[in-house]
Amino acid sequence: MASITLKINKKNYEVDVDPQTPLLWVIRDHVGLVGTKYGCGIAQCGACTVHLNGTAVRSCSLPVSSIGGSEITTIEGLSANADHPVQKAWREHDVPQCGYCQAGQIMTAASLLSQNANPSDKDIENTMNGNLCRCATYNKIKDAVKSASKMS
Amino acid sequence: MTLIKTKFNRRSFLKVSTAASGGLMLGFNWACSPPTEIAKKQAPSAWFEVNAYLSIADNGQVTIMSPNPEIGQNVKTSMPMIVAEELDVDWKDVIVKQAPLNTDVFTRQVAGGSQSIRQGWSSLRMAGGTARKMLINAAAEKWQVDPETLTTADGVITNQNGETIKYAEVASMAAEMDVPEEVELKDPKDFKIIGHGKGNVDLEEIITGKPLFGIDTKRDGMDYACVLRPPAFGMKLKSFDAAAAKNVNGVRDVIQFGDKVAVLANSTWAAMQGKKAINADWEADSKLEDSAFHDTKLKELLNKDGGEVRRKDGNPENQFAAADEVVERIYESPFLPHNCMEPMNFFADVTAEKVELYGPIQTPAGTRRRVAELLGRDESEITVGMSRMGGGFGRRLYGDFVLEAAEISDKSKKPVQLIYTREDDMTAGIYRPAIKYKIRAGLKDGKINAYQLTEAAINSNMYGILPNNFPAGALADYEVVNHKYDSNITTGAWRAPYTNFLASAEQSFLDEIAEMINTDPVQLRIDMLEKAKAGFAPEGNYEPDKFIGVIKLAAEKANWGNKEEGVFKGFSAYYSHNSYVAEVAEVVMERNKPKVTKVTVAIDCGIVVNPVGAINQAMGGVIDGIGHAMYGDFAFANGRPQADNFDNYRLIRSSEAPQVDIHFVESIESPTGLGEPTLPPAGGAVANAIYAATGKRLYKQPYSKQDITLG
Repeated sequence: MASITLKINKKNYEVDVDPQTPLLWVIRDHVGLVGTKYGCGIAQCGACTVHLNGTAVRSCSLPVSSIGGSEITTIEGLSANADHPVQKAWREHDVPQCGYCQAGQIMTAASLLSQNANPSDKDIENTMNGNLCRCATYNKIKDAVKSASKMS
Repeated sequence: MTLIKTKFNRRSFLKVSTAASGGLMLGFNWACSPPTEIAKKQAPSAWFEVNAYLSIADNGQVTIMSPNPEIGQNVKTSMPMIVAEELDVDWKDVIVKQAPLNTDVFTRQVAGGSQSIRQGWSSLRMAGGTARKMLINAAAEKWQVDPETLTTADGVITNQNGETIKYAEVASMAAEMDVPEEVELKDPKDFKIIGHGKGNVDLEEIITGKPLFGIDTKRDGMDYACVLRPPAFGMKLKSFDAAAAKNVNGVRDVIQFGDKVAVLANSTWAAMQGKKAINADWEADSKLEDSAFHDTKLKELLNKDGGEVRRKDGNPENQFAAADEVVERIYESPFLPHNCMEPMNFFADVTAEKVELYGPIQTPAGTRRRVAELLGRDESEITVGMSRMGGGFGRRLYGDFVLEAAEISDKSKKPVQLIYTREDDMTAGIYRPAIKYKIRAGLKDGKINAYQLTEAAINSNMYGILPNNFPAGALADYEVVNHKYDSNITTGAWRAPYTNFLASAEQSFLDEIAEMINTDPVQLRIDMLEKAKAGFAPEGNYEPDKFIGVIKLAAEKANWGNKEEGVFKGFSAYYSHNSYVAEVAEVVMERNKPKVTKVTVAIDCGIVVNPVGAINQAMGGVIDGIGHAMYGDFAFANGRPQADNFDNYRLIRSSEAPQVDIHFVESIESPTGLGEPTLPPAGGAVANAIYAATGKRLYKQPYSKQDITLG
């Protein structure tokens, strides 16, 4: 066990965990922010996507010991008032069906837009291809990411 | 207006006027107000329960209980919309709350068979209509006028002098009124909420990551539990050593139950690591089956005489003998896991006094009964709370994981949150069974003169209504026979059970027959349905006119018959879950590979309660159907599943999803199913479009494995 300080959504959290624990489970079980979801545990589905210094990463496959002082952003910290352009676009298009994968989809989309403010349809498809949605909300996701890109 | 008898008894009307604090608001969802508007509203100081479905607050807010489990089919929005419509309130004032399991007041709290809206329609309308009537009666008493002279709109009652009173002002009186014996329901043409798109009531929680799903459950003193199960179907636990597991940091306990071993820990990760550290020996107690064996068995059964005759019209044997040609094709499908994105999980707290169960379950009532039997408890001691579910697809009809959670909590004497790893979820499944169909058609003078469908399936026979699905009723000489092989692999319902593959097979077969008899595939179906209409054969379970309606609508919207350079179209139509769907898939060749680019869909599901949610369901069903027809594969070797996670099980992804263009038939008839009916026709539409593009007929799913250019 090791005492580790994590900076999540601009707040510091001190946790006492096995250093090999994936960031996902530290965030969910120890810090108590459950918006980030478990889907596969092997970085194949994207449900666990969070931002590390603004870039989308798969938290299920990152040992907590590797995080260091990086700034972690989870869905709960994406915006103060649920008003990030991607969240607004999700509302406008009523994207979710079951909703389980959506935090990961939103975090992936937000990271894409922070790096590429005007993504092409192909850019959107290539980036979002890493996130599975079993309900197949894919078309609405593509439309919403496009809308979000026009807002910012 | 429709006058209907109310079915509520006094027990349904608890008549508790609760002075609720603002704290009650936690977990409530504003139907359609953005968070900024919510903040502006003043918290109510009293709530009046008019009936079990709804309460009205002194500030005008209305709480509507959504009775059924929410798996992503959006009933948590659409069911309360129906209540709100008949109550005649402004949707902006509505707060939706998930009802707990309560079979005394709610009917059929099940998510399955695409039946929530169809079977809930009347009760939901009555719940709203009855409350509206009681509010009117209260106002009439207050004003000392005839209730018949009062009208309502948006939560306001108006009398003949133009005076108004808000529902909130008479809610306390209404809650004490007698339950009317009859209520007037609205004419569908007067609907203001039904038929008008409303956003998902859980959207704000979803896009901000609030705890909403079963897997998000946290309680004081709770342990997380993971379970080690036999690695293969046909194996049982011989012995195990838990020493290493108990040394894993965070592991608190290891418990055997039956052939399974549960590891309880202070975190999910510790429970997973503990499970991996268990050293277990297994032994076979029945046959360890593999997919090659299933293939051989099912093929044998297809060619075997006998089998169970599910429907027989006329004399197919004589007609086959008289045919110019008999066409026979075999269609094959694999097992499929459900792969809900939220893995199976459940919370259980079993104590001497009570049993608390909470989590994602499609069948709360049936599951409570099974837990009561398992633990030897009375059902009245057991509560079941329903969380939002990260997908269902049929997997959560089976309460096996709830029984596990209850048993672990019972044995450990602790509150337990059971979580399946993805590998557990995929390998301890209740799969769509592998099925093969043999379809024979006699062709005589350019027409089908006989039709025989033979099914060979693992564990199960095509049930009840399916042998009466089209083309039953459209052919005078028609037969459906089935065989099954009893396997130790667990199988069950998977989104659109049976029809998910049956429709692919039959709709591909009809396409091939149409080509053989030089008839347009759309026209062939219309001709057959015209015969069904003319009473050509004993009735099918569908209405031919509605069926023809969607076929023509899809053909029109997709410009069927208009050839477009480089675009290849395939047609398919299917009736299931009381709804009619026709689909035209379009395929283009990209670098010599067929790519599905678009699907045009026509649907007749009666009144569309919530067009926003309906489009989501329809689109999802089509893409899900294509994804599994193209890529879904699940094999066994020595009883062991050969896929266990998304690196070796392929689900359709964003770049493979075609555009989906959806058209609903305008209707004033009561709503029918929508969560499943767009799925069954999708596989056939795609197979037929790919044939048009490549000249290759597809007989075996997943199609990407029959033809590698589809990979």
